[in-house]
Amino acid sequence: MGLTGLEIFKQLPKTNCGECGVPTCLAFAMALASGKATLSQCPYVSDAAREALESATAPPMRLVKVGAGDNVLEIGDEQVIFRHDKTFFHPTGIFIELDDTLSADEIAAKVDEISGFVVERVGEQYVIDGVAVKNASGNADSFKKAVEAVADRTNKVLALLTEDPAAMEAAASAVADRKPLLYAATADNYEKMVEVAKKIGAPLAVRGNDLNSLAELVDKVVGLGYKELVLDSGERQTSKVLADLTQMRRLSIKKRFRTFGYPTIAFTTEEDAVGEALQAQVYVSKFASIVVMKNASEPALLTLLTWRRNIYTDPQKPIAVQPGVYAIGDVTPDSPVYITTNFSLTYYTVATEVEATRLPSYLIAFDTDGLSVMTAWAGGKFVGEEIGPWLKDSDINEKVSHKKLIIPGGVAAIKGKLEDLSGWEVIVGPREASGITSFAKLRLGA
Amino acid sequence: MPVEILKEKFTGKVQEVVLGATKEEGGTRAYTVKLGGSSTLPFLQFEGEIPNRPVIALEIWDIKPDWHECFVPCYGDVWEDPVAWAKKAEEYGADIIYLRLRGADPELENSKTADDCAKLVKAVLENTGAPLIVEGPGFPDKDNEVLQAVAEAAAGENIALGVAEKDNYRSIAAACMMAKHCIIARSPLDINILKQLNLMVTEMGVPIEKIINDPLTGGLGYGIEYAYSVMERARWGALIGDKMMSLPLICLAGPEAWRAKEANAPNEEAGPGWGDQKVRGVMWEAMTAAALLQAGGDLVLMRHPEAAKLVKKQLEDLMVPNTY
Ligand code: B12
Ligand code: SF4
Repeated sequence: MGLTGLEIFKQLPKTNCGECGVPTCLAFAMALASGKATLSQCPYVSDAAREALESATAPPMRLVKVGAGDNVLEIGDEQVIFRHDKTFFHPTGIFIELDDTLSADEIAAKVDEISGFVVERVGEQYVIDGVAVKNASGNADSFKKAVEAVADRTNKVLALLTEDPAAMEAAASAVADRKPLLYAATADNYEKMVEVAKKIGAPLAVRGNDLNSLAELVDKVVGLGYKELVLDSGERQTSKVLADLTQMRRLSIKKRFRTFGYPTIAFTTEEDAVGEALQAQVYVSKFASIVVMKNASEPALLTLLTWRRNIYTDPQKPIAVQPGVYAIGDVTPDSPVYITTNFSLTYYTVATEVEATRLPSYLIAFDTDGLSVMTAWAGGKFVGEEIGPWLKDSDINEKVSHKKLIIPGGVAAIKGKLEDLSGWEVIVGPREASGITSFAKLRLGA
Repeated sequence: MPVEILKEKFTGKVQEVVLGATKEEGGTRAYTVKLGGSSTLPFLQFEGEIPNRPVIALEIWDIKPDWHECFVPCYGDVWEDPVAWAKKAEEYGADIIYLRLRGADPELENSKTADDCAKLVKAVLENTGAPLIVEGPGFPDKDNEVLQAVAEAAAGENIALGVAEKDNYRSIAAACMMAKHCIIARSPLDINILKQLNLMVTEMGVPIEKIINDPLTGGLGYGIEYAYSVMERARWGALIGDKMMSLPLICLAGPEAWRAKEANAPNEEAGPGWGDQKVRGVMWEAMTAAALLQAGGDLVLMRHPEAAKLVKKQLEDLMVPNTY
C-alpha cells in the first residue's frame, strides 16, 4: 500500500532547505505521495528512511529489462487498467518458441524466419521481439548448443525455457552477456534458479500453479534478494489466463500488492497459426507483458502486431507526422500536388499510394492536429476556410509552376471555398487512397 | 496466505435485449437470441454473470456485393439471390442474419422500392429460422420509407432495424415502435452522443429493452482503438449503473475490416510480412472482431464465414468459466 504524504514527511529531515526543488519537506512529501517526485531529488534522506520509503514510493509495477545492448525489451511499469485512463506504456513482447530437439539446420531456418519477419506499416517497423529456446530434449548439452546456435544467428532478445537449474546455468552462462529471460523458477528449483539469475544478472520468470502458489513463490524469491522478475500463474486455458492476468494487473495497480508488482508472461496453446494469434490477442489486449508463441506465420502475426500497435497507442494524442510539404520522388515544377492530413495513418496510407504511381509528386500533410480526413472535416479542421489561406501563402507556390491541387474525394464539398480562398484550381481525387494509382494513370498520365 | 482476489462490486448490468420471436411469441423464428445481460466486464465470470455469450451475425446484401473475389467460393453461387444467400449464412452458423438493403440506394440505376424491400424481407423470413436485422440504404429519406415498409412486413418477428442516428432517428423509431421491433442507434465514436441518442429514442417511447447501440468502429489498423476505448467506457458505465450506457453493443467488424488494403491486396501487391491474401483477409476480419469482443461487443457483424468460424471458436474458449 502507498504511504500518505504525512507518513512520508515523518521520514524526511524537516530542514526545509529546498534543494529538492520544492520549498518545504512537507511539500516534497506530498509530491512523493502523488508520484510527482522521486526520492533521489532529496540529497539528505537517511539510509534508514530511504529503505523505508523506496518500496513505498516505487511505481506499482516494476520495470524489467530483458536483453542487452541495442536489443533491450522493456516490460512492466504500467499504471492503468484501462488505456483510456492514461495509456499503456510498454508494448507486449512477442517471442517465438523453438525446441532444442531441432537439428542445426532446422534451428537456423526457424531463426531466419523469425528475424526475417518485418512489416512496414504507417512509417514504422513491426518485428518479433524475441526467440524462446525450450529444453524439450531434457538434455543440458543439447540445450546449451541450441541456445548458442540461436544466439549466434540472431541478435533478438532471448528467453531460455528449462526447469533444470544445471541446464539453465550452462546455457545462461554461455549467453550471459545477452541478459536472457530465464524461465522458470518453480517451487522445486527456485533457490538454484535465483543463484543463476543473480550470477549473470538476468531477469527471472517465476511460475506457480495458480495465483496463490505464485504469490508464495514470489515472496520466497524476493526474500532471497532478487527482484528482476516476470510472473506466470501457470494457467494455460484462455479465459482463465485472462482472469489471472486481470487479477495480477488489478492487484498491483489498484491495491499496490507488491508481490504482483512485476510484468507478466503468457503462453499460447493453440496449434495453428491463426488460432494462436487470436489467443495471443486476448493476452496482448489484457495485460500480458510477454506472449510466447509457436508459429511465426505471416498473415497471423501481421494482424497481431497491428493490434498491438493500436492498443498501445496513446489515446490522448494521435500519432502524427510533421505538417508540411513532402516531395515524393524526383519532383519538378510540373509535379502534381496532393493534399492530405498529418494523421500518421492517413499520411502514410496516401504516401504509399502516391509513391506507387511512380510519378514524382508533392504531398501536403496539412496540420489537422493528427486527425484523419473525414474526422478533421467533420471537426472543421480540413475545410476551405482553413486550407485556403494557408495554401495561398505556402512555399508550395514557389516549388511548382502550376496551381492545381488534388484533394481527397471524401471532402469534395470543400472545393468551392478552397478555390475562392486560395486562388488554386481544385481537382477532386478518388475517395479512397487505393484509387490514386488509377486516378494518376487516367488524369495525370502516369 | 491466499491471494485476495479483487472483484469489482458493480451495481448495474448490460441491458438484455431479445431479438426474434418464435411461434409462441407471435413470430416464426426457430429461436430467439438474447443480447447483453452481463453484470461483469467482458469474459470475467469471476465477478459477475454472463448469461448470454456474444453472438455472430453474418452479413448479406439484397444485391450482388462488390466484395473481394475470395468470397466467391463461399457465396458466389447465392449472392444474386438474397433468400438463398440467407439460407447459406444460416448453414455457416450465423446466430443472426444481417440484411443490408444496399439495392435501395436511391443513386443506383434500378434502385429498389420500399415494396421490393418489404417483399424480400418477407421471403427471407419465410425461408430462414434465424432472427433478422435489416439495415436501410443509408439515405435518410429512403431509409424512412424502406424501413417503414419492412417494419410492417415483418410485424410480430421482433427484428431489429437500423440505422438511427442523431439527426435521423424519429421515423425509424416510430416504425420500430409501431411494429414492436428493435432499433439500432448509432453514434460516431462518442460516448456523450451515444447517451444523448439513447435518451432521445427512449423519450419518444421506444422501450429501453428494444435498443441496440452501434458505437461505430474502425477496422483493425484504421481507428479501431478509438472504438475499443469508447466501448470499454460504455461497458464500465453500464456496470456502475448508467442506464443510458447500458445497451448491448453491435460492432461492424466485417464491413470495416474489409475496407483495409491489408485485407484485400492481391499477393503481387502485398507488402513484406503480409503473407497470402486468403488467410490475410480472413485474419484481418477475425482479429478486428476478436479485439472488439474484448472491449465489450455483444454482437459482431461478420462477413467471411471462415473468420466467423475462428471467432466462434475463440468465444467458446473465452466462455469457459473462470471463477476462483
Ligand atoms: C477514428 C475516428 C475518430 C477519432 C479520430 C481519430 C483521428 N486521429 O483522426 C475520434 C474518436 C477522435 C473521432 C472524432 C470525431 N469523428 Co470520427 N471517425 C473515426 C473513424 C472510425 C476512423 C477514421 C480513420 O482513422 N480512418 C482511416 C483514415 C486513413 O482515413 P482518412 O483519413 O479518411 O483517409 C482515407 C481517405 O480519405 C483517402 N484519402 C486521404 N487523404 C487523401 C488525399 C487524396 C489526395 C486522396 C485522393 C485520397 C485521400 O485515403 C484514405 C484511405 O482510403 C471514422 C469512421 C470510419 N470507420 O472510417 C469516423 C468518422 C470519420 N468520424 C466522424 C465524425 C462525425 C466525428 C466527430 C465529428 C464526432 C463527434 N464526436 O462529434 C468527431 C470530430 C473530431 C473533432 N473534434 O474534430 C464521421 C464523419 C462523418 C462525415 N462523413 O462527415 C465518420 C465518418 C464516422 C461516421 N460515419 O459518422 N473520430
Ligand atoms: S531537499 Fe530534502 S531536506 Fe531539503 S527541503 Fe527537500 S525534502 Fe526537505
